[in-house]
Amino acid sequence: MSTLIDRRKVVDWLGIAPFMIFAVMFLILPTLYLVTGAFFTPDGQFTFKNVADLAHPSILSAYWISIKVSVASSIGGAVIGFFLAWAITLGGLPSWIRSGLLTFSGVASNFAGVPLAFAFIATLGRTGLVTVLLRDIFGFNLYSTGFNLLSFFGLTITYMFFQIPLMVLILTPALDGMKKEWREASEILGASNWQYWRMVALPILWPSVMGTTLLLFANAFGAIATAYALTGASLNIVPILLYAQIRGDVLHNPNLGYALALGMIVITGASNVLYIWLRSRAERWQK
Amino acid sequence: MKTNRLLAWIALAIGVIYFVVPLLGTFEFSLRMRRGEYSFDAYQSVFSDMQFRETFGYSMMMALLTIIFGMLLIVPTAYWVRLRLPQIRPVIEFITLLPLVIPAIVIVFGYLRLYNSSSWLPLTNSTSGTNALLMLSYVTLALPYMYRAVDTAMRAIDVATLTEAAESLGAKWPTIMFRCIFPNVMSGVLSGAFITFAIVMGEFTMAALLNRPAFGPYLQLVGANKAYEPSALAIIAFAITWISMGLLQLVSRFSKTAPRKA
Repeated sequence: MSTLIDRRKVVDWLGIAPFMIFAVMFLILPTLYLVTGAFFTPDGQFTFKNVADLAHPSILSAYWISIKVSVASSIGGAVIGFFLAWAITLGGLPSWIRSGLLTFSGVASNFAGVPLAFAFIATLGRTGLVTVLLRDIFGFNLYSTGFNLLSFFGLTITYMFFQIPLMVLILTPALDGMKKEWREASEILGASNWQYWRMVALPILWPSVMGTTLLLFANAFGAIATAYALTGASLNIVPILLYAQIRGDVLHNPNLGYALALGMIVITGASNVLYIWLRSRAERWQK
Repeated sequence: MKTNRLLAWIALAIGVIYFVVPLLGTFEFSLRMRRGEYSFDAYQSVFSDMQFRETFGYSMMMALLTIIFGMLLIVPTAYWVRLRLPQIRPVIEFITLLPLVIPAIVIVFGYLRLYNSSSWLPLTNSTSGTNALLMLSYVTLALPYMYRAVDTAMRAIDVATLTEAAESLGAKWPTIMFRCIFPNVMSGVLSGAFITFAIVMGEFTMAALLNRPAFGPYLQLVGANKAYEPSALAIIAFAITWISMGLLQLVSRFSKTAPRKA
């Protein structure tokens, strides 16, 4: 009898074997290889030197710029995305606007990478549409103000093009979950609109908002194609540094590359763990 | 409430300006190739470029293979987990979400170290091996979207009853899989497929680092060397994404009405 049960169990687990083999070989092992590699010298000695070497000024500044761009574009995307999501759920706009904006968000959040960089060069580059219009109509030279598309600010604006739609897509269901009764109850108790938002709506919404912002952060932090197409290898952000390292040992220590990758995983991993935790808090209200 | 609606319109206006201006800018720029007048010269130049056709074709092929392989991997897994191993669903879900946590560039870096020519499985040694590795890396990238789409579709059908019915009629597992399960989760398969298509067509990092002649690296190359063609390509890429997402919407609308009829 016991052998029968065992055989069934074996068959059960064999059923997901192909998936597990795939996941281990093409997702888990490659990552583990880099993570462990970060703690060894090229000839196999255990060391913390690679991780300590991340403190090199050029690497630290790469992390710092990456973090700044990711924070700025995720907060910018979150704020604008929040108001857009609010406008289509609670703002009393016609319903076709809602479905139109959601469809568009689906497209725009997938419209990242190289073409997005082209779009912003054609718009805000030196001969871009907006740059030229500002110059010809308002006599305002954007580039004399120190603005440069290939800088922190330019990169942030470009990233926000895919950050805003992602925020809209994730936050719209959360705003849909706001119950009318809460608003009515607070109004009956004499709360003003501002008080309702400050004491009822925002406390309910903040885990969703914060969580999504963290997701946007990780999203921007790992992005490389847009930045690479925009600036070539000239902008010193972590993904580009890692790209250059993979292409040809620019750090003169292959295992330092592993440490660089480890740092990225730690940062995106931490923001995702926080996201999952916040989402579980947010779901209490979305029954 | 009136001020509310006004604010909503203002928010919408800001959003629309943010989204539309770069697209208009790109389109306008793509028409500027001929001096002094608008023309579609840039598009003509793009379409007549042999490399455009080759890389586009290559990425299309890759997207198709990714979708086929990915679905053959994910549909049976999602089915099996629902039928026999519901207790490990959280684990599978966690694994499928990992590609959102680990940046693509890190994953491909790991591949290059694990499967290089002097490793235990030298996939990058041959062209077909590298192609296979690229295809598998695309499956990894698409995993979160594919799995969710399929799993959602599977929620709508009663997997256990379907299987029992098929088994009692004498069906073997290939029949169950391909004549019962696949047709019933077609909406999920298709929506996963369209997202995958959009992702693969524009993907840059993995193809570039594996040195494959895909559409993404070609876009980057054109961007670095030409003036007007990149905008035309951006418009084309946007249209591709738009078409995939439009088809996805269409499919999901159909699937919403389908179970009610049954």
